[in-house]
Amino acid sequence: MNQADPGNTTPHVNGIDVHAALQTLVELRGDHHIVVTNQVSSRLWPTLSDHPLDLNYNPSAMGGAIPLGLGLAIAQPNYEIIVISGDGSLLMNLGCLVTVVDSGVKNLSIVLLDNGQYEVTGGQKTPGHNGPTDYAGLARASGFSHVHQFVDTSDWQRAAAVSLSGPGPRFVWLNIRPQPGDYGKSVGRPIQQQMADLGQRVGVPAD
Amino acid sequence: MFTATQIVDALVKLQVTHVIWIPDTTTGSWEPALESCAHFQLIRVCREGEAWALAGGLLIGGSLPIILIQNTGFFESGDSMRNIVFDLRLPVFAIIGARNWLSASSSDTARRFTLPVVQAWDIDFEFVTSPEEQEKLVSHFCKCRSANQAGILLLAE
Repeated sequence: MNQADPGNTTPHVNGIDVHAALQTLVELRGDHHIVVTNQVSSRLWPTLSDHPLDLNYNPSAMGGAIPLGLGLAIAQPNYEIIVISGDGSLLMNLGCLVTVVDSGVKNLSIVLLDNGQYEVTGGQKTPGHNGPTDYAGLARASGFSHVHQFVDTSDWQRAAAVSLSGPGPRFVWLNIRPQPGDYGKSVGRPIQQQMADLGQRVGVPAD
Repeated sequence: MFTATQIVDALVKLQVTHVIWIPDTTTGSWEPALESCAHFQLIRVCREGEAWALAGGLLIGGSLPIILIQNTGFFESGDSMRNIVFDLRLPVFAIIGARNWLSASSSDTARRFTLPVVQAWDIDFEFVTSPEEQEKLVSHFCKCRSANQAGILLLAE
């Protein structure tokens, strides 16, 4: 073990299994939830769920999932929007937390999968990998009134439904264990089909 | 180029539902009119890259947004725009202020790179360089809507 390798010293090593984290969301989501995934979650979610209100945002621009979900939340106030973002993506666009609060939406939840890594590109460390970055604090300081943090799988499973209910916007910070995978592959319906299916389900006239 | 009343009237005529913006020194004076218009919602973003994705979500959800930013923000937001317009093929329309375009002697590099960058992205655009060309906003927006394509209106500042 290289002493310079912080792999075993990060706070993520004992984090929540990403599949378990997502499966918990799969089980609680209803037909009034639109789920937006991106990066790693956009590769894993379609292996767990195939719902017309899933939007696996891939190809994406990093940092774009939360504003895209915000647009959906504003356009479709009768639906609850859950955006699943990685920490690397959020760090590219931290200001979006302020934008979400300023927009006044109540029907948006952000679930942050924080594994301290850019997992899609091979597991390089994010600037926030080493622990002191307080994403819950950032969310609260941005004005999120419902903020939750979980480091344990069973706690997350027990409290997920409560964390994602009540007036939003909501922010859930999950400490995730890095799990290398073949994240280069896209799975599930192509993005154009997903957008069409979602639009049809929520009643958007086809062009 | 446009007064606040003129821009609001045009956006109402176009049935825009949301204006996503970051102001500049020219468009900033429009804020009270944009904010008080009951026909659309003004959405403030922190960085222009957010604007394209937010517009994309609104379009997927059935709304009709418009982006209002400056050329400097357009430069910054290139990857977000690329993804929304070219990967997702969403017909986002943006009004982009061209800083210092009306100052022929300006050494502003934002002025210098405006046209080459917009042309490089190969998005259908029109350029309003005088008040007499205001109608281009409505005509270009309608053209892009009809073709279900993205569009840009450059606004000389």
